[in-house]
Amino acid sequence: MSAAEDVVTEAPAVEAVPKRAMTLGTGTSLLVLAALLIMPVFVKNFIIFQMTMLLIYGLAVLALNILTGGSGQFSLGQSAFYAVGAYTTAVLMEHFNVNYALTLPIAGVVCFAFGFLFGQPALRLSGVYLALATFALATAMPQLLKLNFLEHWTGGVQGLVVTKPDAPFGLPMSQDMWLYYFTLVVVIAIYIFSVNLLRSRSGRAFMAIRDNEIAASAMGVDVALYKTLAFGVSAAVTGVAGSLGAIAVQFVAPDSYTITLAISLFLGMVVGGVGWLPGSIVGAAFIIFVPNIAEGISKGLSGAVFGVLLFLVIYLVPHGARQVAILGQQFAGKLRKN
Amino acid sequence: MELFTNQVLAGIATGAIYACMALAVVMIYQAIDHLNFAQGEMAMFSTFISWQLMQWGIPYWAAFVLTLALSFVGGIAIERILFKPLAKAPILTNVAGFIALFAIINSSAGLIWDFTIKQYPTPFGSAPFLGSQLISTHQAGMIGVTVLLLLGLYFFFQYTKIGLAMRAAASVPESARLVGINTSWMIALGWGMASAIGSIAGMLIAPVVFLEPNMMGGVLIYGFAAAVLGGLTSPFGAVVGGFLVGVFENLAGTYIPGVGNELKLPIALALIISVLVVKPAGLFGRHIVKRV
Repeated sequence: MSAAEDVVTEAPAVEAVPKRAMTLGTGTSLLVLAALLIMPVFVKNFIIFQMTMLLIYGLAVLALNILTGGSGQFSLGQSAFYAVGAYTTAVLMEHFNVNYALTLPIAGVVCFAFGFLFGQPALRLSGVYLALATFALATAMPQLLKLNFLEHWTGGVQGLVVTKPDAPFGLPMSQDMWLYYFTLVVVIAIYIFSVNLLRSRSGRAFMAIRDNEIAASAMGVDVALYKTLAFGVSAAVTGVAGSLGAIAVQFVAPDSYTITLAISLFLGMVVGGVGWLPGSIVGAAFIIFVPNIAEGISKGLSGAVFGVLLFLVIYLVPHGARQVAILGQQFAGKLRKN
Repeated sequence: MELFTNQVLAGIATGAIYACMALAVVMIYQAIDHLNFAQGEMAMFSTFISWQLMQWGIPYWAAFVLTLALSFVGGIAIERILFKPLAKAPILTNVAGFIALFAIINSSAGLIWDFTIKQYPTPFGSAPFLGSQLISTHQAGMIGVTVLLLLGLYFFFQYTKIGLAMRAAASVPESARLVGINTSWMIALGWGMASAIGSIAGMLIAPVVFLEPNMMGGVLIYGFAAAVLGGLTSPFGAVVGGFLVGVFENLAGTYIPGVGNELKLPIALALIISVLVVKPAGLFGRHIVKRV
């Protein structure tokens, strides 16, 4: 190839989202919160379990949103961080009898370290190259968990069974309902943390890197530090989601954390709207319920139906649920004027 | 030493598969600037079409040419119908579209031709090639076809007007439009060509991995890896990358203790990433400088 280097002006891979547009208004947030609080009282245990999974996947999508929507780095390796979190919790609970609530911060710290370290070599890569690197991590993880010398801890291919915790202080609640509220508290805490993170100095640094790396470094942002930091934070949040997932499903096995999970989380982010944190829960609902709906429509063609539904969504709202929210806001604004 | 040469030869033989796939990946990357995750499934579908044609009694080469033409048209149709409306959507939305396409093709192929493994004929025979046990005439033929394809593409892009127009449309779309190139159709053409090259790859790979809807899963990953290793901007790099990945993978499986079939893929990928960390644009890729 010629020695001449191409100079192109290219739009950034992730479009800029102003930081105020990344969250919901106070009124809407309180409404959603009230709905989430009351809902379990009226439904069956299985639906409560599904709602718990929805929150957990929502948390994992949120983590990817911090990484991609916040700092503009693309990752197909979230399943690996999710797996590390899940296994940390499972091993601590089953081999060391640690209380389930205490395993969450430990899993978060372990995953933060893992993500931060992985972010170091990933620093030199961007776009498709970074996608390939994270993809490699995701494909390697199940194989690594199956390794012989880890089998004593991880249980090899069979995996580990995790005990589901009872409601404390003799509260009259089923295990599922307790776990739902426990998850809800953790998710809300992390959501508030993430919103504040993106509004802080670090969050502005992330977004400056996303919008233009060269300009950001010229303005004095330590690009290497903040890029790896974004990886670390994202991995930590994904790890906590993984821990909660392990407790809710009561089981961890290498093959639950394949590349399929990473791709689902990615789809969840796109459907929810890249860079719009509340969209994460919408994205999670898409990846949990739409495959079931597709199977309901046609068993043999469930994959094709899923694909068609996905196409429909991205045709109608290429910017995901965020677009719907913005349209709704404009509509409400017009009503108020009239 | 004997073991080493044999493993390298076997690596080159499997590398030819990856090289074919990588070439298709690079083709479409040149045309649309994205990695198409559904590329492998498109190739698989084309291969099934050729198999169906042969089941209907059409001779191999006729089916081959017919499939090539059908895949070319199919690729253009997919672009016009499914991806042209997404041209202005964000890149990540396009990637989601590729994943959707993947699911649709995979599931439809499963429904039409079911998931049982099928034999697929080879035009080159499967006798040992030049007395070597490790490389068969089919694999030698595959390497030959890959090299021919590469030469053909090189001449197409360097010496034909339409090849030049395609390159222009991919690298500086706005200027290309100003000099009168229909960039939108160039993208469609890129899809068609990538689909046709993919179908060649599929028809060459099918006798080795057997024909079934999931046959491309592993191959595509190696194809991507090879394309990225060689540099996504260089078809030549893609082919070299393909052979390198094939050889890496075999040598890692033979010489690193504890690496079974399971760990071959992670190790090959880890190696590629270490190469990328040193050369971020791939071995033969051009470094693209961005304007602030």
